[in-house]
Amino acid sequence: MKIFHSSEAVIGLILIFAMIMIGIVNPAFWDLENLFGLLQSNIVIGIMALGVLLVMISGGIDVSFPAIAIAGMYLAVNGMLMTNYEGVFIPFAVSTLIGLLLGGMNAFFVHKFKMIPLIVTLGTASIVRGLVLGIVGTSQINIDRFPKVLINFTKADIYTIVKPDGTTSGLTAMLLIYLGVAITVHILLRYTMLGRSVYAMGGAAESASRVGFSLKKTTFFVYCASGALAGFAGMLHSSMIWLCNPRDFVGMDMQVIAAVVLGGASIFGGSGSVPGTMIGVFMLVMVKSSLILMKVETTWQLVVLGTILIVATALSALRDRKNRV
Amino acid sequence: MKIHFDARERLGLTNNLIQLLFITLFVFVAMSLVAPDKFLTWYNFESISFMFPEIGLLSIAMMIAMLTGGIDLSVIGIANMSSILAGVFFAKTLGGESELPASVQMLYVGGGVALALCIGGLAGALNGFLITRVRITPILATIGTGQLFTGVALVITGGPAITGFPKYWAEIGSGTLFGISIPFLIFAVVAAAIAFLLSKTVFGINLVLIGTNSRAALFAGLKRGKMVFLSYLLTGVLASMAGILLSARTNAAKSDYGTSYLLQAVLIAVLGGTNPAGGKGGVLGVFIAVLALMFLSSGFQIMRFSIHLIDFIWGAFLVGVIILNMILEKRNGNRHARSHT
Repeated sequence: MKIFHSSEAVIGLILIFAMIMIGIVNPAFWDLENLFGLLQSNIVIGIMALGVLLVMISGGIDVSFPAIAIAGMYLAVNGMLMTNYEGVFIPFAVSTLIGLLLGGMNAFFVHKFKMIPLIVTLGTASIVRGLVLGIVGTSQINIDRFPKVLINFTKADIYTIVKPDGTTSGLTAMLLIYLGVAITVHILLRYTMLGRSVYAMGGAAESASRVGFSLKKTTFFVYCASGALAGFAGMLHSSMIWLCNPRDFVGMDMQVIAAVVLGGASIFGGSGSVPGTMIGVFMLVMVKSSLILMKVETTWQLVVLGTILIVATALSALRDRKNRV
Repeated sequence: MKIHFDARERLGLTNNLIQLLFITLFVFVAMSLVAPDKFLTWYNFESISFMFPEIGLLSIAMMIAMLTGGIDLSVIGIANMSSILAGVFFAKTLGGESELPASVQMLYVGGGVALALCIGGLAGALNGFLITRVRITPILATIGTGQLFTGVALVITGGPAITGFPKYWAEIGSGTLFGISIPFLIFAVVAAAIAFLLSKTVFGINLVLIGTNSRAALFAGLKRGKMVFLSYLLTGVLASMAGILLSARTNAAKSDYGTSYLLQAVLIAVLGGTNPAGGKGGVLGVFIAVLALMFLSSGFQIMRFSIHLIDFIWGAFLVGVIILNMILEKRNGNRHARSHT
């Protein structure tokens, strides 16, 4: 029964069980088209969640990533429109860089002033959102003005199926980007000194600093990485839905944190993994999108989500208590 | 030196609070100088007195949760869910009948208020149960219940706002008594009661002790679980009061009203000298902090800043004040370190 001590295994089993149940209620769940859509919805939330995971392992928390994502994508797309730039790489780089810098601002306040991460990131989220909406603008960039080059970029599929009625449906190539990011973060966490320092700091900051890890370096790394991933994910999001709305991502912060926690990361730091987070994100996305398949009104979405989160955190709290005894 | 510090604390005037008072005065004077003809008007202060009780109550609720080192991220969900259920209650019982005698209508409104407060209490009790019995970390428990409560509100309304509250309900949010706004009077009474509860009763002192050192409090024989449970119940009731005021002022209730209040409540509680790690906080600090932010936002609104820029200013104000506190605290760090031990 050792397998049940690993949270990835538990959440993985719950996920498989949930998939089977949904499949029984509505076999359309297993249609390739549905699965492709499901995977596609994982990409943006997943990349953001990986950033949040890094911060949470280090013992912090970041609620500013939706605001950072908006800042990155809105500034980058507006910049493209202003300069009539026709390229993909530079806008993504700019958006990521904006995220990196804003993440650096979080790290600065957290490290230098020893401020509680939740409060810092609440504050910076309010600052960033306020600046973007108040100075840059509030109007949405619709598909008619949206850069064609970005639309074409995200149209690429890695696998296409032709349905009986002749229309096609594909698995987006953007999934490869998500997987690439996930593998990079995984290797970083598992096999590099920097990754170990993140776990060490989250486990016991004082001890980590005594054995020679630089808490400053680690703090800057996690918040900058979280910001950069958010900026990148924001840009990807807007490229995939072909519009850029500076009011997007409302309520996203809590849901992504929920997904990371579902995936076994501890809010106190020191534990969490990339596979776990990816499963947590998949669970969140599946619950959100499968209610329609199960003929449940979409208004029930939050009730179901909240209940799952409460049950999952309750189970892990009960498990932790048993382990301690 | 220690005695001196204690005496000031007893008066409720810690260094931070005096600082905050100065900052608030500074904001007030600055706004008065920039726009004297519009800021220093009866109308402006009257509109502030209608707006601020909602956020004030939510901030006090947040402060109470933070006293024991917790947090309540479900307050907005509780506020909306309770006012929506009150709205449903009115729709089911009164059904738009305005021919009923005033006393009967008032009775119904009283019933609606009681219902909303009960819902708030129940929701708070659920939080308290999850935190003290199941032992989920407060931040996670309340993220979860926050989604749940908002979800319930959404299921009940189906999306659009509930309107058509009775006349006397609207009176709670927009009426005046002796020239003073009713929401403000409600706030004053509740805030005074909470201040008394926190500083003069066993319950309040227990909360502070639990927040200062949870383990020591348990060893000293305090009923930690029960006290924390009650504090979340109280938080829930306060949140539902804010919900009543919000729906009474706007004469509508919706599942996603006041979502920006959540951050603001956390910010105000912290600004008011509440320590999010527990053990420190008071109604007076929260009250001054709400005033400071209200002066700031009404001043900038008068100067025709966009509401988004005001968000920015709030965030910057918070970060700025905390940095200022840190710097000042470092300067007389020795004294603080000694008085804390």
